[in-house]
Amino acid sequence: MFDPEVLPVIFAALMGLSILLYVVLDGFDLGVGLLFPFATPEERDRMIASIGPFWDANETWLVLAVGLLLVAFPAAHGTILTALYLPVAVMLVGLILRGVAFEFRAKAPLVHKPSWDFAFFAGSLMTALSQGFMLGMYIMGLEWSLGNVAFALLTAGALSVAYSFIGATWTILKADGALQLKAVAWSKGGIWGVVLGMGAVSLATPLVSPRIFDRWFGFPELLFLAPLPIMSGALIALLWVALRHLPTKTDQFAWFPFAGATGLMALGFAGMAYSFYPYVVPEKMTIYEAAASTESLTIILVGTFIVLPVILGYTILAYVIFRGKATALRYD
Amino acid sequence: MDTLLLSRIQFGANISFHILFPTITIALGWVLLFFRWRFARTGAQKWMDAYMFWVKVFALTFALGVVSGITMSFQFGTNWPGFMEVVGNVAGPLLAYEILTAFFLEAVFLGIMLFGASRVPTWAHMGATALVAFGTTMSAFWILVLNSWMHTPQGFELRDGIVHATDWWAIIFNPSMPYRLGHMLLASGLTVAFLIAGVAAFRRLLGDRQVTTATQLRFGVTLGAILIPAQILMGDLHGLNTLEHQPAKVAAMEGNWETGPNVPLLLFAIPDEAARMNHAELGIPSGASLILKHDPDGVVPGLNDFVAEDGTVLHPPVAAVFWSFRVMVGTGMAMLVLSWAAVWMIWRGGGVAALPRPVLIGTVAMTFSGWVATLAGWYVTEIGRQPWLVSGVLTTEAAVGDVAAPMVMTTLMAYLAVYAGLLIAYIGVIFHLARRAAQGRQPAREEPRTAGHPMPAE
Repeated sequence: MFDPEVLPVIFAALMGLSILLYVVLDGFDLGVGLLFPFATPEERDRMIASIGPFWDANETWLVLAVGLLLVAFPAAHGTILTALYLPVAVMLVGLILRGVAFEFRAKAPLVHKPSWDFAFFAGSLMTALSQGFMLGMYIMGLEWSLGNVAFALLTAGALSVAYSFIGATWTILKADGALQLKAVAWSKGGIWGVVLGMGAVSLATPLVSPRIFDRWFGFPELLFLAPLPIMSGALIALLWVALRHLPTKTDQFAWFPFAGATGLMALGFAGMAYSFYPYVVPEKMTIYEAAASTESLTIILVGTFIVLPVILGYTILAYVIFRGKATALRYD
Repeated sequence: MDTLLLSRIQFGANISFHILFPTITIALGWVLLFFRWRFARTGAQKWMDAYMFWVKVFALTFALGVVSGITMSFQFGTNWPGFMEVVGNVAGPLLAYEILTAFFLEAVFLGIMLFGASRVPTWAHMGATALVAFGTTMSAFWILVLNSWMHTPQGFELRDGIVHATDWWAIIFNPSMPYRLGHMLLASGLTVAFLIAGVAAFRRLLGDRQVTTATQLRFGVTLGAILIPAQILMGDLHGLNTLEHQPAKVAAMEGNWETGPNVPLLLFAIPDEAARMNHAELGIPSGASLILKHDPDGVVPGLNDFVAEDGTVLHPPVAAVFWSFRVMVGTGMAMLVLSWAAVWMIWRGGGVAALPRPVLIGTVAMTFSGWVATLAGWYVTEIGRQPWLVSGVLTTEAAVGDVAAPMVMTTLMAYLAVYAGLLIAYIGVIFHLARRAAQGRQPAREEPRTAGHPMPAE
């Protein structure tokens, strides 16, 4: 039914889509958590309210991404996750803390609320740092050496700043008044971290392997790829201008920083995907080598084609239902 | 301790912690839909009060289930890479379908169910609640299909040591699936029945005389009284199915060493694997033969049949399976006695007020009895599958990853610390919410919101 040569590419694309959706969607949830120490208790309630109806579903994209890695590329799944054993564990503990603190802070006795707020921040930080660390180790080919760890620590910081940035832009969109002003200030600070992080990854990746270097700096690839950095640069410039003029009186363009941040993440992701294709374990295992059997991939794909559009449909429905500025979370 | 044992303890700890929460949400979703529907039909405030209280517990429980479940999906790769490498062609699609048809459904509509009541029409809110309940049940279906297949695999062929699916119908409807799924769904219903009854009884003991509290108490014990006979019947059927497909597990459950007729039903024994016998046996003559073969002369398999000629033991560890089984059955019996006694007292006249204090205290003590029985039952079936991970196909030992033992020890300690803290916090918060509700201070608002935020323009 499907060409065995095409199936791994389709699954790699689906996995890429889930990772990108996760990084954007849970990125703003995690960013809100990272910004918690800078907010007053009342502002924290408001920020939580802005992500309350969404965070659970957002996190599910991570489950789908690792699920696709697991089911479509079983051999790579084991190799990658055993190599990243400790950072994965840190991330999982972080995700647990972040997720439960969300509920406990509102339901536990009031005196415990500050502690759960701290757990929410700490969980978000652990998750962001460990994901950034894993990104760096992945780029470096999953080899634990001093230089690679140093680079991974850099990407850990960079991804955390990027998450805070998209979290701040989400807050601009969902808040008003003093909190919105504050979020604009956070975004102005965060954007420099994003520039630094994207720059570091863009410079380091081609240097890791001659193969990636040639993919970027060969001719005519250079011409086809030029729009990627140019568009990123233009977006950053536009974002900077927009942030200087926000918030506007009628709240126009409050959506723009979030859209811009999403665009930046997508561009960065596209660059990464281009660098590593067709490898799923960098320089060691291609998606063709790691793919599961054709019968199994086919049966998953059929289900995916039917169900994924439905999932996207009701996800959009949820964002439509909870559109507009965040109001207090109420069960009635 | 070596990597294998540590990895097993870690996976066992993770999945034991995880299953506590789905066990509640699977049935609580349907119970919430029932409360919501009763309110829509009757307009009685007591049903809305019940909904508003338990929806908070649901939200909290759901969050714990989600985050502990994510840990599972990563551990397949971090600790058990051999599992996906060998049986990934079967396990993969089943897990993928669980994510696609259950996880997203429940997660997205949970947001609408929890916070959307004022933003969507009543029918849409009830629809969202129904979809969340349906999603949790679908999730249970897919994961139990996979788990049952690991116990009774079929519909596949081995090519170069790798499992390839040949018949998906046979894989999904494998022999133990219907019994395991039924047993688990009923376990979830019982867990929720006793949770609701226990929390309501706790509120009654605090002097809470609201209508909703009495209604919830009656609802809980009645649900328990209805489900427990069904569960005993289902458990019996499941046991007979296990006897057919995994006789070594049944031999361990019964603590029976020699195959033969007139095997007693042991109430107490200390199985000794080194001496291959039991100490301090106390049993009902021919009881096990009667239960398993419905005939006192029925032949029951013995553990000694599952030792290879070179002395390799091919049956599960006996004491753990033997005792877990007794804890599960004992808890079930306690559920039967308590729920039937309570229902009898309520229906005899006088309603919930007729329940004497000791019965209320007993009900509070049984609040989490569903957890005890569920965990014990899972230990019976999962330890009972050893030394196999997938019966006859893949041993647990062959699937473990080569992560250094101290590293596994480190993460195991971290998980145990986090889980212990969260379990204490969870139980504490449930009783905290109960205490607040008992004092009539049931907060309508989830998040305190200070005045001064202008409402949105749109």
